Amino acid sequence: MDARYKRRKLTNSLSTLLSGVAVGIGLLGLIWILATLFIKGVPAMNWAFFTESTPAPGSEGGGMINAIVGSLLIVGLTTLVSTPIGILAGIYLAEFGDRSKIAAVTRFVTDIMLSAPSIVIGLFVYALFVATTKHFSGWSGSIALSLIAVPVVVRTTENMLKLVPGSLREAAFALGMPRWRVSLDVCLRAVQGGVITGILLAVARITGETAPLLFTALNNQFFSWNMDQPMANLPVTIFNFAMSPYENWQELAWGASALIAMLVLLLNIVARVAFREKSHS
Amino acid sequence: MSEFLSDQGVNVALKVRDLDFYYGTFKGLKSVSMDIAEKKVTAFIGPSGCGKSTLLRTFNRMYDLYPGQRAEGQILFHGQNTLDKGVDLNLLRARIGMVFQKPTPFPMSIYDNIAFGVRLYEDLSKADMDNRVQWALEQAALWTEVKDKLHQSGLSLSGGQQQRLCIARGVAVKPDILLLDEPTSALDPISTAKIEELVFELKNSYTIAIVTHNMQQAARVSDFTAYMYLGELIEFGVTDELFVKPKRKETEDYITGRFG
Ligand SMILES: Nc1ncnc2c1ncn2[C@@H]1O[C@H](COP(=O)(O)OP(=O)(O)OP(=O)(O)O)[C@@H](O)[C@H]1O
Ligand SMILES: [Mg+2]
Repeated sequence: MDARYKRRKLTNSLSTLLSGVAVGIGLLGLIWILATLFIKGVPAMNWAFFTESTPAPGSEGGGMINAIVGSLLIVGLTTLVSTPIGILAGIYLAEFGDRSKIAAVTRFVTDIMLSAPSIVIGLFVYALFVATTKHFSGWSGSIALSLIAVPVVVRTTENMLKLVPGSLREAAFALGMPRWRVSLDVCLRAVQGGVITGILLAVARITGETAPLLFTALNNQFFSWNMDQPMANLPVTIFNFAMSPYENWQELAWGASALIAMLVLLLNIVARVAFREKSHS
Repeated sequence: MSEFLSDQGVNVALKVRDLDFYYGTFKGLKSVSMDIAEKKVTAFIGPSGCGKSTLLRTFNRMYDLYPGQRAEGQILFHGQNTLDKGVDLNLLRARIGMVFQKPTPFPMSIYDNIAFGVRLYEDLSKADMDNRVQWALEQAALWTEVKDKLHQSGLSLSGGQQQRLCIARGVAVKPDILLLDEPTSALDPISTAKIEELVFELKNSYTIAIVTHNMQQAARVSDFTAYMYLGELIEFGVTDELFVKPKRKETEDYITGRFG
């Protein structure tokens, strides 16, 4: 009895210690990355960073405004398009397509898309869209990012809807509510916090995607609102500038990296707060 | 004397004839035949698993949500067999409301919880809707408790209040029949008493079918009682008679507590 108790206590302390060490290693890496980003990136975020476009090779100074606006446009459009598509498809899977063939195929394709390397998606849109229109464009960037975001939204929506208790669904049907209203007005509303979180996480994910944009939006040294032209964006600019020999380019790349990290961090925090508030109200 | 109320001059809201019910291959109801009297309370009693909920769920065809569950026989409602294929289930369920064992408020305000169902089938002005919401909440003995917080979430209420909100929601659409499946089993004695009073009030305007495990409750609130066992309707009759001198030995054993 006593020996057993001692052994259990020992096992307990040992596993606590091991988990603590594991957490430490994980956190250390994360903090290291963030600290480096902020130490090198924040000083680069001066006035010019937010007002001037990317500098030509060899010229001094410059900023990131063309890439910031480009990213906002591409990611914004992607969000506008993928949110309704993803939510509707998620509702279909959870509420209507229990045993239909279409639902099974949709689920399968969604899973493949979720795990497909993003460079493949970039190449796919390149072959399909860029090669036929014969030029890189902001549009094609949004298409590529949508292909990444939609499956995330579909899956979150479906999984959240599956959490809705059957009793709530039955209560809605018991009032004579048509099926689509039960889905939209009762079930979706009951889990809106979770769905919003899914959308924000999808946005966070595509904000940092580089490979799909490399083959689609490409880059643009000049400021532009025209989504039918190649478009500057943060990830590709970081990619180009970080590998360049120019010091001011490298600094801008640090600044842009820190900016993306902050945006993603902010989105994650907002997502958490939104989820907490919605699930308690 | 015939076994059916409809043959005894009682007005009947639902006529159930030779109703069989299947969960896949399992037979949940075996040839049930009975009448549900109009504007009366009919109580269903019987041991757990005897098919009370199953029977109630055939009345509004709730089972239709689940593939593999099916009913055979007849349930006549205004002369139509509601088990027929072409029946509009949404309309049927709007006329035969249901309140469940666990409270199920919708994730919206108290006001909208009630207005939502009404809006589905009626186009009321703002003032008329306000009146309807107040009326329904009064019917459910909840008005005084919530009148100052109609725009708070329905989920912010206590369990007993939530259940009365669900009853108000069911009453607000003015159905012909209200099905109550153990509406008080999750409630404290005070809320239970309120809901019992409510049932008593409601039968002036509605036909009510109530499932309960509480024999006293059945005796208190109902006009007719049905005793079920293993998917069969064992005995049906006027509540006072059934509780005082049951015709069947099984019924007597159950209500005197020698069984179940
Ligand atoms: N979804 C289902 N699938 C298969 N069998 C079921 C299902 N629901 C109920 N049953 C079975 O049907 C029978 C009747 O169940 P029902 O829920 O109608 O009982 P009940 O009289 O309401 O019991 P309780 O008093 O416990 O609520 C039980 O034997 C039960 O196991
Ligand atoms: Mg039951």
